[in-house]
Amino acid sequence: MKERNFLIKHSVKIEPNKVSLDGIDVLLSERYNTFLSDIYHEKRLAYPKFFKMDILCKVGFLATEILLEAENIERFVPRRDRSIIFCNKSSSVSTDLKFTHDILDLDNFYPKPSLFVYTLPNIVTGEIAIRNKYFGETNLFVMNDRDDNVISELVEHALMDEEINSVVGGWIDAESENDYEADLCIFEIKQ
Amino acid sequence: MRVVKVSDSIISPLGFSVEENFDSLLRGGSALRKYNRLWGLPFEFMASIFDEEELNNYFIENIDITKLPHSNCTKFEKIALLSAFKAISSANIDPKSHRILFILSSTKGNIELLSTSNFDPNRVLLGNTAQMIARYFGNTNKPIVVSNACISGLCAQIEAMRFLKSGSYDFCVVIGADVLSPFIVSGFNSLKALSTEPCKPFSINRNGLNLGEAAATIIYSTVDDGKNNWEIVCGATRNDANHISGPSRTGDGSLSALNYVLQYSGCKIADIAFANVHGTATPYNDEMESIALERAGLSDLPINSLKGFYGHTLGAAGVLEVILSMCSLDKGKILPTHGFDSLGVSGNINVISTLQETNKHSFLKLLSGFGGCNSSAIFTKLRKL
Repeated sequence: MKERNFLIKHSVKIEPNKVSLDGIDVLLSERYNTFLSDIYHEKRLAYPKFFKMDILCKVGFLATEILLEAENIERFVPRRDRSIIFCNKSSSVSTDLKFTHDILDLDNFYPKPSLFVYTLPNIVTGEIAIRNKYFGETNLFVMNDRDDNVISELVEHALMDEEINSVVGGWIDAESENDYEADLCIFEIKQ
Repeated sequence: MRVVKVSDSIISPLGFSVEENFDSLLRGGSALRKYNRLWGLPFEFMASIFDEEELNNYFIENIDITKLPHSNCTKFEKIALLSAFKAISSANIDPKSHRILFILSSTKGNIELLSTSNFDPNRVLLGNTAQMIARYFGNTNKPIVVSNACISGLCAQIEAMRFLKSGSYDFCVVIGADVLSPFIVSGFNSLKALSTEPCKPFSINRNGLNLGEAAATIIYSTVDDGKNNWEIVCGATRNDANHISGPSRTGDGSLSALNYVLQYSGCKIADIAFANVHGTATPYNDEMESIALERAGLSDLPINSLKGFYGHTLGAAGVLEVILSMCSLDKGKILPTHGFDSLGVSGNINVISTLQETNKHSFLKLLSGFGGCNSSAIFTKLRKL
């Protein structure tokens, strides 16, 4: 494998029944339907905006909360040197279907602006930037199948930016409310 | 290592070539029309939409549909294919080469298929559409889609620059495309972002944006054969970490992106002819951009927005607007901001309302989008010795 110009500091993975941090399972559950809100309560996160988010944002928010807590440095201080680079396959399809449903019947036509905003797949990067006060690049790439070489290359590209020293990035996909995956890392530039 | 433009193309309601489009702008032509109950939607709006018959004829003349995986192409697929085809045809490259990467920029791609009954769910996936386009030209590399809201088109070009500078590819085909559908139009309408009149960027009585359809392609390369003279010099994307659907009141994200390109491009402000900005004509966007431009020290720089000609073409905007800005400097001109009357933003900026002459060779591009993202880049015309 090609040598990269970054080091991986921490990694987190969320699947519909499991959370792992740096390769070690930290949460397991059989309660598929409530798993994400269970994580929220378990982590005692006081961030009511979480409940307004769509599935992609919820998964991304929880994954980065666990990932950034593991970093064990002061959080919520503004950072201009960190970017968020996410890749996925399904874009925002789960929310797209809901929004399509709301406009299908022209006699019962109630498109919700709060839902429409989440039909952009990059909103998850914005939610995380807001939460963590990250002012670097935010970007969302879509590809047909997950390809870790491409993801690594895109992270390296973000580190070509003269002002960026680290990236929160990786794969995050939500095909439906019950079928999602986040596999994210903190990447730091090699000094 | 320089990254230069090899060829380009525009497919829009104003024409199917860059020349037709540019000539139309010089004549002050706009593709914006008023639509009432289009697609049965219970409201009126202004938009720039393709004439389907004209588009279909042009598609059949140029694209070999026997080489496509399905015979019933969507409008999105048609314009993206046509735009890529035209740029590739004039580039003297072999699109099958493994040294060529296709990058698609789109916000919603084939989203209209979700509301039809018999469709292959894979066709809604942006990655799938990008692959279909690359395969049509015989390219087997995995294409990448940039879907970063309204700044996608510029992000895709910056990403192409990075792929080329890192040596992974010799050519990048950057295709920006989006079409309108009940989905997109009713979404923007629900946000109260649409104007029922032609949009008026930066004007005191501006009351919203118009949406538009277009596809535009730029092929970039590090292989300079001496004929190619437009360089993408430097670009950056920055978040304002403010709100998912409202820009920062202080212009923070745009300012950071502007400061970056002004610092690292090596360009002096005095050498920049103009900034082609987002200028959607929504109250918040234009106000934010004006503040960012003033704070970046660009109050005297001529500013234009092309939204009054095409509306906001979403994922195509960054590519379309860069091509037309290059074209205008090739002719020594700065295009006017169609629809602008009297300045209605608090930032002190120099909005251009009439066609102007210039002898400068660089321009600045600025875009911003939902999710708090902002992007800027500087382009320079290399002078022949």
